[in-house]
Amino acid sequence: MERKEWPLWEVFVRSRNGLDHKHCGSVHAPDAKLALQVARDVYTRRQEGVSIWVVQADHIVASDPDAKPELFDPAEDKIYRHPTFYQLPDEVNHM
Amino acid sequence: MTTPNPAHIEYLTRLGDNALILGQRMSEWCGHAPVLEEDMALANMSLDLIGQARMLLAHAGQLEGKGRDEDQLAFLRTEMHYRNLTLCELPNADFGRTMVRNFLFANFQVLLWERLLASSDSELAAIAAKSIKEARYHAQHAGDWVVRLGDGTAESHERTQAALDYLWPYTAEFFAANPSDEAAAAAGFGPAWSELEAAWESVVVPVLTEATLTVPARTPFKSFGKFGRHSEHLGHLLSEMQYMQRTYPGAQW
Repeated sequence: MERKEWPLWEVFVRSRNGLDHKHCGSVHAPDAKLALQVARDVYTRRQEGVSIWVVQADHIVASDPDAKPELFDPAEDKIYRHPTFYQLPDEVNHM
Repeated sequence: MTTPNPAHIEYLTRLGDNALILGQRMSEWCGHAPVLEEDMALANMSLDLIGQARMLLAHAGQLEGKGRDEDQLAFLRTEMHYRNLTLCELPNADFGRTMVRNFLFANFQVLLWERLLASSDSELAAIAAKSIKEARYHAQHAGDWVVRLGDGTAESHERTQAALDYLWPYTAEFFAANPSDEAAAAAGFGPAWSELEAAWESVVVPVLTEATLTVPARTPFKSFGKFGRHSEHLGHLLSEMQYMQRTYPGAQW
């Protein structure tokens, strides 16, 4: 199959050591190595990152937007799953 | 301050003009590159080079001690006072030629910066430390493209080989002996460029081979940009680059 368009790659950037990679956009590139390079040029021009992941968009398996009610709504009334009923000692930060 | 050393000023001017003229030339791609991603990459690299040119020309102006700043040096000299390599002023032509040129030049610049890290001039050594990272990225970026285009489709191979055949003769100028070079080298200011030829070929040739390109044989052709004798292309580039400063002298923004 002849491919007229370069594949799409999703770009994830880690802004600082210790933080997670966050999705920040996508680029077109002919292969993985160039995808990293163009991601660097497009998304880290203003010191936004210290590490980049790229994933070919075809390889991402996404949930079906139409399945939102059965996937996510059932969690709505289960507030007991949130750990908000405990008294935390003051020494415990960042919860 | 010690008396200005003309060899050092000339050395800095050559480094600065290479960066300035190639930066200006590459910036012509802004808004015209084949894809948005490369448009940004080329503009980023142009800005890297123009940033290097600012530092180098500002330093040259300081050493010269005549009160010329980087803007005056960049915008108010005439053609014969520019000391850039002819290769840097040649037209971009297609994306393939732009990548081959960047590849040939960036690898040369990497070797220069590596040696200039140990320059006897501490300011030049500091400029080298900042610029070498940029040059390494430019070399990587262009090298990756040269391999993909050279070893790509029949058309991309043909165009890339044509670009290499066109540009290769101009690379002889990188290494041409130059009296001010020898003086600067003797003082530990920077390497004589003629010393870098073997190292450059040992980096460049394997990549060209990987790209399935044929490295042209050396010919008697010579170019003289770094001696101030330029191709017909520099004048056109300067007339565009200098337009604003010449029309509104001293303009700031």
